[in-house]
Amino acid sequence: MKDGFVGQAAAPGVSPLAAAPPAQAALDLSGAKSRNVSERLIGAFLFACGSLSILTTVGIVFVLIFETIEFFRLVSPIDFYTGTEWTALFDREYGVLPLVSGTLLIAVISMAVALPLGLMSAIYLSEYAPDRARAVLKPTLEILAGVPTIVYGFFALTFITPNLLQPILPQTEVFNALSAGIAVGIMILPMVASLSEDAMGAVPRALREGAYALGATKLEVSTRIVVPAALSGIFASFVLAISRAVGETMIVVVAAGARPNLVPNPFGQIQAMTSYIVAVISGDTSVGGRVYLSLFAVGATLFVMTLALNIVSQRMVARFREVYQ
Amino acid sequence: MSAAAQSRDVLVAPDTSSRLRRREVQGRVLRGLFAGATSFAVIVLAVLLLSIVLDGYDWLSWRLITEMPSRRPEEAGLLSALMGTLWVISLTAIVALPVGIGAAIYLEEYAPRNWWTRILQTNISNLAGVPSVVYGLLGLGVFVNLFGLGRSVISGALTMALLILPVIIIASQEAIRAVPLSLRQGAFALGATRWQVARHHVLPAALPGILTGTILALSRAIGETAPLLVVGAAGYIAFNPNSLTDQFTVLPIQIFNWTGRPQDDFKHLAAAGIIVLLVVLLGMNAVAIFLRQRFSKRW
Amino acid sequence: MVRQTQAYRVSNPVDINVASASGAIQTPPRGANLETRQDNVISIINLNVYYGAFHAVADVSFDVPKHHVTALIGPSGCGKSTVLRSINRMNDLVPGARVEGSIKYHGHDICSPRVDPVEVRRRIGMVFQKPNPFPKSIYENVAWGARINGIRGNMDELVERSLRQAALWDEVKDKLKDSGLALSGGQQQRLCIARTLAINPDVILMDEPASALDPISTLKIEDLMRDLVRQYTIVIVTHNMQQAARVSDQTVFFSLNERRQGVLVEASPTRELFTNPRDQRTEDYITGRFG
Repeated sequence: MKDGFVGQAAAPGVSPLAAAPPAQAALDLSGAKSRNVSERLIGAFLFACGSLSILTTVGIVFVLIFETIEFFRLVSPIDFYTGTEWTALFDREYGVLPLVSGTLLIAVISMAVALPLGLMSAIYLSEYAPDRARAVLKPTLEILAGVPTIVYGFFALTFITPNLLQPILPQTEVFNALSAGIAVGIMILPMVASLSEDAMGAVPRALREGAYALGATKLEVSTRIVVPAALSGIFASFVLAISRAVGETMIVVVAAGARPNLVPNPFGQIQAMTSYIVAVISGDTSVGGRVYLSLFAVGATLFVMTLALNIVSQRMVARFREVYQ
Repeated sequence: MSAAAQSRDVLVAPDTSSRLRRREVQGRVLRGLFAGATSFAVIVLAVLLLSIVLDGYDWLSWRLITEMPSRRPEEAGLLSALMGTLWVISLTAIVALPVGIGAAIYLEEYAPRNWWTRILQTNISNLAGVPSVVYGLLGLGVFVNLFGLGRSVISGALTMALLILPVIIIASQEAIRAVPLSLRQGAFALGATRWQVARHHVLPAALPGILTGTILALSRAIGETAPLLVVGAAGYIAFNPNSLTDQFTVLPIQIFNWTGRPQDDFKHLAAAGIIVLLVVLLGMNAVAIFLRQRFSKRW
Repeated sequence: MVRQTQAYRVSNPVDINVASASGAIQTPPRGANLETRQDNVISIINLNVYYGAFHAVADVSFDVPKHHVTALIGPSGCGKSTVLRSINRMNDLVPGARVEGSIKYHGHDICSPRVDPVEVRRRIGMVFQKPNPFPKSIYENVAWGARINGIRGNMDELVERSLRQAALWDEVKDKLKDSGLALSGGQQQRLCIARTLAINPDVILMDEPASALDPISTLKIEDLMRDLVRQYTIVIVTHNMQQAARVSDQTVFFSLNERRQGVLVEASPTRELFTNPRDQRTEDYITGRFG
């Protein structure tokens, strides 16, 4: 076989090693049955794995809706969504607005921390940082993102409040929204920074080079070209961060107290939707009772809020991708 | 003004040079600001770790991991919480790993491009954004009450499995997507079936990425408190779980419990508990980073 | 190449346009070549390939004779690789791809939904443009395909035979445990040929197998093809006309029509096509007048 036959066709049938053509009648291309059955079984199992996530969603929606409807039999939804008093455990007033305003206060404070710092970090990491700085900063952000929220709660309660807030603002109570909000801000900072940095990284080089060619400085390129070009991606990270802050539980439970208030005071206690759920469940609530059901009504409200924020964020990311990818 | 600067002035309008200088100064100031903002993260991390170590260092001892919790802080330990965490996380991994990796294989290797696949994909990314406390409500409604599993290890583990499933799926999908198409084509061209291609080529190549993502997801589950509180892990459990239906507590819940006590000693104990928790998480992250470095592929 | 006496069908370009406009399936003009039909391993009849709404290949018909090298040439984007990938149903793996018409393999239409693409691919092997050995040992690269296809017996012998056939044995016999990725580009490509040979295919499809290689490796692959064609039937896509002229017995020239669809212009014995093209477009292309 090793003697070359370049440029010269071997005569079919002459070569002793030529494979005999498969007999026409014996040629069956429909595939072995046993193999097809096992392939199909595996495919079905994998399909089931993929579809289990749908079951999770159905479960969440079903549980929330079912128990919330039960709750609305006892408490009118109008009272629930317009009431300004939440004293579920004492006077049985179920107006959810004080919990919502507590949640929003935490979200506002945390965004005041995470938004500017996250955006500036993203600009630095994407446009300025030398490799050596990145090698330190990126893992730091990853570690910060991996710290359990209970640890942030402990940090807010035992460090931020007594060592940072109370010396400067003596009116700050032991449990207060401000320290919890700051801690939540620290928690979501890595997310804002890394998602915004990704968005800026996706801005084409040509756009930057075009601006540099016109004599723009690095700052001008970063802030007037890259940031505007990446804006929808950056906003998407903000919205996702708000959603995370709204859903954050343990920091608020540990550091922000348990006093619902329609007009919350950042230096005093508040109660957020999430912290209500945990506060109630930690006590003994009878299954099916009014307080038990109120958990699910609050949970449903929380779920709808975060879902809406997540969808908005996904839309923004999708629009951003359309432009650049 | 130097000769070089003067010769430039000949070429450009005279006031441009001072404006350029202003722009450069502005650039330098803001660059400093950006760098400062970024180093904020480093400072916070350092302060956080330092304050916790200072708070808890004196309370760190072997007693902490060999003793049951107690009402007397000097006798209290984390044993039942450590064992609870071990039980819950092992079960979570057993449930979530095959399902999560299976789902990722389905979505990347099997799923046709149709409306159902789009729904699955959108649904998974939405689930990843659902607050953990809502998963707790799901577990409470379905596993604890509907299925009658009670406030048990298995209820907690199933809830946790659902919670980290989207994370595992998304991470595994990314790892699988990074496997080059040419590898699959080569195998298909040899007459391999879909499963043979996935099992023999795609999975081994994607495994380091899948493992890294899975370990990170599990370490997130170890730090999660809220869903297990809602499902009904108790704050004070002075025995180790022995079966799936036993009551349990976990590390972060024990820490939460100690944090909430009025006595200062318990705060220190909580800090010591946090150190233990962070060491566990650090160990898992180190393994994940090691896997990522060791097996990073060379195509 | 004097032996090639079969009558080759030449699709009339006018017919092609009419057919693709009306969408009608035509019976190809089969002529009086009945006595040679038996020697055609593959007959492609009115093949149309779509990627989503894009009609990539329109009404292509030609035959692949046994123990011949058939070269598919033409400008880039003219659908020659698409046609090649249809022959072993690799297009099934491209989302949105749709194939119409029929590809007869020993008389069986492999485009039929009853046909298992896995069965087709183990008989019609494929070598790709970029060498794509598995990230396994050289030995495993060759043995894997045989093993999943249920080939039993002395695997060491099969590996050695396949590597010898691919003219790679002498270079790798002392390092069979080394990774296939550690080989040079040309060796990798021959390894990919060896693993294809190990499953004992009937036909080997090659998609620009030498385009990523240096001239010496290219020459080795070309020598190898002449060697292999004694036992196998080979279809090769190449963008290199000299290569087509060197290695092939039959050449099929593709081009783009005015609607950017890939169409077959001419299929002739290689010498005939290069020395005496029947179609003006073929002549323009081979003389370099076509961009």
